[in-house]
Formats: sequence, C-alpha cells, structure tokens
Amino acid sequence: MSREPVLIRYFAWVRERIGLSEERLALPETVVTAGDLVRWLSGRGDAYAFAFETPDTIRVAVDQLHIEQDEALGDAREIALFPPMTGG
Amino acid sequence: MAATEPRIIVRVGPDDFDVGAEIDALQAGDPAVGAVTSFVGYCRDEGGRLAALELEYYPGMAEAEIGRVVNEAVARWPLYAITVVHRGGRIKPGERIVLVAVSSSHRDAAFAACDYVMDFLKTRAPFWKKEHPADRSEGGWVEAKAHDDARAERWKGEKG
Repeated sequence: MSREPVLIRYFAWVRERIGLSEERLALPETVVTAGDLVRWLSGRGDAYAFAFETPDTIRVAVDQLHIEQDEALGDAREIALFPPMTGG
Repeated sequence: MAATEPRIIVRVGPDDFDVGAEIDALQAGDPAVGAVTSFVGYCRDEGGRLAALELEYYPGMAEAEIGRVVNEAVARWPLYAITVVHRGGRIKPGERIVLVAVSSSHRDAAFAACDYVMDFLKTRAPFWKKEHPADRSEGGWVEAKAHDDARAERWKGEKG
C-alpha cells in the first residue's frame, strides 16, 4: 500500500533552518507516529538535521490539531512542524 | 447561566483593534451583563533593545486553536460573550498584539475566563515571535517560557 503525498508545513525557526515553508512528501510506511516523522525528516539532509537537532522540542499538528510525538499521524492531509508557541 | 449561546468572535490578522469599541460591543446593550474583563498585550521595547517583533502564525489553525480554547472557557464559566483578537506581522514597541475580552453576570467568571483564555492562547495557539533588535543585528526567535506552561498547568483539575 503506497501512501499519497502529504503537505508538510514548517513554521518559525524550523521553516528558516530547512529553507522551505512547505513541501509535498510521500511518507514511507515506517513513518507511523509524529515522532517517526521528525526522525525521518532529520535524515533528509543537513538543513533538516539542523532543524530537528532537538527533536523533543518540536511540536506537530495534524490537519491543524496538536498531537503528541507518540501519537499516530493517521490519514493526515496536512502536517505542520514547528517550535513551541510564543504568541500572546 | 447565560440563557442564549455566548457570542464568540475570534480574529487573527495584521489589523490593529479599537479596545474601547471591542469592550463596548461585549455589553452591547444587554442588561444581563454585569461584568466585562479584558486583557490587552503590547509589544515591549525591552529597555530600548527592540525595534519590532515579527509575529508569524499558522493561518487557519491559529483561529481554530483559539476557538477551541474559547469553547473550553464557555463550557466552564457562564459567559455572554468573548472576543479574542490576535495580530500577526511586524509590530513595534507600544503597539497592541492581543486582546481577550469577556462578559458575564459577575466578575469572578469574567476574570477567570479571561485569565484561562490568555494562559492557553500562549501555550497552544500557533504563533511565534521573532525579535528585530534596534541595533539592526540579526534577531532571534523568542523562546517559550516555563512560566507560561506552569500558568496553564494550574487549571488542570481546578473547577471554575
């Protein structure tokens, strides 16, 4: 079963370090949880390794809902990765 | 308890807001309203060090996440209306960033709900601040504060 490409969005210093605000990627079957995605992305090159050098600080949202890194991505249409929020 | 569904307004974008008009609109001639509380957050100059803040946000999710926090507050306290406005883009010291305003019959619910919404807006709404220093050096991203997490944490298990 092959997966459809998913829209991956990056914000704040994750976006700056990778040099992209979004891209479409077909995720391998081995990427099940949000944490799997962070580890898989960090292997895509130096810029990604830099963006995800402290994986525990990365927050993940699936279809605009926060999820924990041990939670499954499911049939996400859009996944966002970003640092802890600093609004308000 | 408010008899009708609370009126909820959530706005995210570059535009400034009129604090007086927003607060007046919460009472809106409704004689049941006995209390309106509000919080206005401003950009500080950090002792002259800061020229501006760049507020980045996740369009769509920013409004949705604030909406989820507001719905929790509405379920927890008897409120008539809530307005949340959060600006994005470049904001200079002295300019407004955020408004949370709440109306209820009594001040206890209005104060608590306003406090609750601010605490979770800070820890859950997808906004990020980048500093533009006055000396034109390369600015850095503001780091999340443990203090903000601790403030949000104190609502757990506590009844409104």
